[in-house]
Amino acid sequence: MHWQIDLIVLTFVIFCAIAAISVKDLLATAILFGAYSFMMCLLWAVMGAVDVAFTEASVGAGVSTVFFVAAVFRTSRRTKD
Amino acid sequence: MRLIGFIIVCLTGAFLLYGTTELPDWGDPQSPASVHLSNHYIERAMEETQVPNLVTAVLADYRGFDTMFETAVIFCAGLACFLLLRDFRKEKERFYRHVPTGVILHFKDSKKKLPIGKEFQHMDKQWVPYDIIIQSVCRILIPFIQIYALYVVGHGDFSPGGGFQGGVIFGSSLILIAIAYDLKTLVTRIKEKVLGIFAAVGVLIYVGIGFICMLLGGNFLDYSKLAKIIPVDPGHIRALGMLGVEIGVGIAVMAVMAIIYINIVSEGKHDEGL
Repeated sequence: MHWQIDLIVLTFVIFCAIAAISVKDLLATAILFGAYSFMMCLLWAVMGAVDVAFTEASVGAGVSTVFFVAAVFRTSRRTKD
Repeated sequence: MRLIGFIIVCLTGAFLLYGTTELPDWGDPQSPASVHLSNHYIERAMEETQVPNLVTAVLADYRGFDTMFETAVIFCAGLACFLLLRDFRKEKERFYRHVPTGVILHFKDSKKKLPIGKEFQHMDKQWVPYDIIIQSVCRILIPFIQIYALYVVGHGDFSPGGGFQGGVIFGSSLILIAIAYDLKTLVTRIKEKVLGIFAAVGVLIYVGIGFICMLLGGNFLDYSKLAKIIPVDPGHIRALGMLGVEIGVGIAVMAVMAIIYINIVSEGKHDEGL
């Protein structure tokens, strides 16, 4: 019934996941992980699991992105490999 | 080597995709998860617990023991971050900035200190001029974020949300203070010891409610026995017990989020950072 929304969101999820492991800049990776979490949050909301979506939005897209950025702040910004 | 890795990843992915074909369909009423306990929860939870939000009823009441250890895991995460990263060595050098003139003072002796206030302010190597726009916006936003967090904790029974989400939102408002001002502002407003005590108190509230239920003659976390000491409608006593437990979870999660952030961003020194 919601297959158009599902398709768009799933495409974005896969796009974010591939981009997150292929970019060299760790800060960009952190932000892409945030976007990935937000897309997963939309997916949970479409499936009707609102509590899980809420947790994903606050923990996955919110605080863990900040933790990643904080960790990147204390390391070098670009990967070596 | 890269080729072998790529092949292994593709094979694992293919096996995982193959495995998902055996899983039941989404929302399948005949799936193992929906035939045993779920029916009882869906049909009876409202009359047994008087809590409209099924998820909270399952998490905080039917599976309260499980959630208690989830809170303990969060507490252990904060503890591990503290033990691994905390560095108690004092920074020898100090930088102060004279606010009216912008002159920077560099003290090599750690014993000399200047009073922090309108005249002098702390500085560190990553110091950037405070942005008036960001500060003003955050000053207005932070109270609303905190009230929303309290709403999420308090309304966990009725709407999506609960202790974990509310605690995370409250913790992120503390992190916003550190980002908008600087880390010292946050650390001087909420002492490290206070955060540690909060993290422990949150878990203790949860465990304490469980033990009070035992002392009143019930099972561990059997909230219906609380009716003996709290004079409310006995039908609502389980909702009240869940609210108490959620408040404990919220306090613990809030403190742990702040502890993890402060320790990561300052490499355990608690003085300078993002």
